[in-house]
Amino acid sequence: MEMWFSDIHTDGVKLSIRIEEQLFSSQSEVQRIDVLESKDFGKILVVDGDLMLTERDEFIYHEMITHVPMAVHPDVRQVLVVGGGDGGVVRELIKYDTIETIDVVEPDPLLVEVCRKYIPEIANSLTDDRVSIFHEDGLRFIRSKGDVYDLIIIDSPNPFGAGEGLFTKEFYGNCFNALHEDGIMINQNESPFYTEEAFQCQRMHKRIVETFPICRVYQAHIPSYPSGHWLFGFASKRYHPLDDLDKVAWKLRGIRTKYYEPRLHAGVFALPAYVEELLEDVERK
Amino acid sequence: MEKLSQKRAPIYEALERFRRNRVVPFDVPGHKHGRGNPELVELLGEKCVSIDVNSMKPLDNLCHPVSVIKEAEELAADAFGADHAFLMVGGTTSAVQTMVLACCKKGDKIILPRNVHRSVINAMVLCGARPIYVNPDVDHGLGISLGMKREDVRAAIEANPDAVAVFVNNPTYYGICSDLKAIVDMAHEKGMKVLADEAHGTHFYFGKDLPVSAMEAGADIASVSMHKSGGSLTQSSFLLTGKGMNPGYVRQIINLTQTTSGSYLLLSSLDISRRNLALRGEQSFRMVTELAEYARAEVNKIGDYYAFGREMVNGDSIFDFDPTKLSIHTLDIGLAGIEVYDILRDEYDIQIEFGDLGNILAYLSIGDRIREVERLVTALADLKRRYKKDKTGMLSQEYIAPKVVMTPQDSFYAEKESLPLSETKGRICSEFVMCYPPGIPVLAPGEEITDEIINYIVYAKEKGCSMTGPEDEKIERLNVLV
Repeated sequence: MEMWFSDIHTDGVKLSIRIEEQLFSSQSEVQRIDVLESKDFGKILVVDGDLMLTERDEFIYHEMITHVPMAVHPDVRQVLVVGGGDGGVVRELIKYDTIETIDVVEPDPLLVEVCRKYIPEIANSLTDDRVSIFHEDGLRFIRSKGDVYDLIIIDSPNPFGAGEGLFTKEFYGNCFNALHEDGIMINQNESPFYTEEAFQCQRMHKRIVETFPICRVYQAHIPSYPSGHWLFGFASKRYHPLDDLDKVAWKLRGIRTKYYEPRLHAGVFALPAYVEELLEDVERK
Repeated sequence: MEKLSQKRAPIYEALERFRRNRVVPFDVPGHKHGRGNPELVELLGEKCVSIDVNSMKPLDNLCHPVSVIKEAEELAADAFGADHAFLMVGGTTSAVQTMVLACCKKGDKIILPRNVHRSVINAMVLCGARPIYVNPDVDHGLGISLGMKREDVRAAIEANPDAVAVFVNNPTYYGICSDLKAIVDMAHEKGMKVLADEAHGTHFYFGKDLPVSAMEAGADIASVSMHKSGGSLTQSSFLLTGKGMNPGYVRQIINLTQTTSGSYLLLSSLDISRRNLALRGEQSFRMVTELAEYARAEVNKIGDYYAFGREMVNGDSIFDFDPTKLSIHTLDIGLAGIEVYDILRDEYDIQIEFGDLGNILAYLSIGDRIREVERLVTALADLKRRYKKDKTGMLSQEYIAPKVVMTPQDSFYAEKESLPLSETKGRICSEFVMCYPPGIPVLAPGEEITDEIINYIVYAKEKGCSMTGPEDEKIERLNVLV
């Protein structure tokens, strides 16, 4: 028997992965959740039909969204992860013993439960003592917070659907307000390649540029995501992503990574010309 | 004939039958199920253009309903507790005009609050009725007009025993209701009809724990904007009548101005929206009320905003409050409502219903979800953080009592001249001036222009209100009587 899962990237492009077995499928109050098993990508988490992560390449996304700011900010103690019920970002964060608290805002309790059961290598991180999970809307959570976090990581799914509110100016503005005066906000910034995503990419960047004094975008190669070329936003009140990078200090922490590398750090901020142009286009306005 | 079940939707069902029969059209509309206009099909979809058809025997005729439209009207009347219901395709504007035209002739007096929609005064321009204004009560803190006080209505009725009708907003744009039952009793005692503008009150007929509806209160005729809280397509509306009206005469009045090519998109949307509300309205509006109450609590938690609710009720000029309305007073963050309205749209991609000088109104309905409400509340929190400033110098919208000199009709058609706004003081205006929305005139034809009014117009323009009404689209000049 042949069974294939197709992740629709555009109306005319999809990525199909041969599936060995469907491990889980259920509709929660918030969304439909599926867990699939494949030979090439290992376990795959699918939410509302969209591929969220695969066991095989999730390390790239989670390392890059976490270690880049951690190597720049010298003293991160309080962290907020918005989304991230799969535990991937938290798994990277708990490698730092200087972090004191990690708040995770994940609206869907079922997502956390499913990830703990089916991808425990990733989601068991959520049981760390420093972690508190809040099952509520990200917008609602953030608007009562002021001057409490050193780092906010927005690990949101896509800009169409339940997570739409996490791609808005009001959300970024309230994140700014929730950060200390030297805080950093990182967001997954979609892919610049296909037209529709490129538009979202620009839109997000524009909203963030309007909100934070320092805004840079960096990239990573994530094979299972649309086009494979993925962007992240680095928004900061004080620290510059390159000038304030302390390679030696980070090396001395002795943290093991598979993708992130202080030498790579400088490189990922060097963007292809067309992406630079895409971003500059909204920075000027 | 056996009463039809509210589960039926006769017009919709007739359209479905019509479509299945694959009738060859040698009649209008000329796009012929979209074949003659592929771009229109691309825009609206095949299903939509295929039911954009003409009146014909199996689909009935809006001007003189005898079959499926008649059945739809009967079902609507039953659902709304009315004696008769008319399907309207010219907006609630046309329903309101029909109410006035059906009750007033030239020279007849009609008692009404001044904070009515422009369509009411427009109807008086058409028929020559004479307005007797009752000044609505005003909340000076919020700068909004409220309902009419019972005593003020009684005084107007006693001073004008020859008046033929009393007109009531049920509720106002802000969700405020007058004591409609008491007003109905007072008016009926003197043989006057009661007309209710329920443009913002469709849900009163279906939800629990909402203000009383016009038909339940015993009003004679009511205009219900089905397309606002009822969920039908824009421009579709119901006109309801009670026992005191002759439905055949009302139909004649409707046919004076309504199109003879009523759109079946609008008619079928009324039909299935009525069915939806009759079957599921109570539950849907309970959810809308809960969303609005949640939003009010969250907005008030931000501080400096005041989302007002039932605590305003005072037993008279705020006899009741529509809890589905989310009105927010913004002056304490140092911004006019219209400024907040503009910032929400331009910077946060959030479109709300309207902003006036001191308040905004976010319209919540059966289509809303909690996640959008979270966005609105969060945007208001961020907006305050970024923009809050001293409120000195901010004007609130004071109610300006009109000085009526002539009837709207006489002044509208009188000989007139155009003057720069600043030179119009003391003259009689022959046209309307209003912010739209909400579309309540600052000046109506036949009213004297005062300093207060000129200052208001200048300030509202400066704050970015979209002003409409006068011939001069920039509102730099006004037409006044010679």
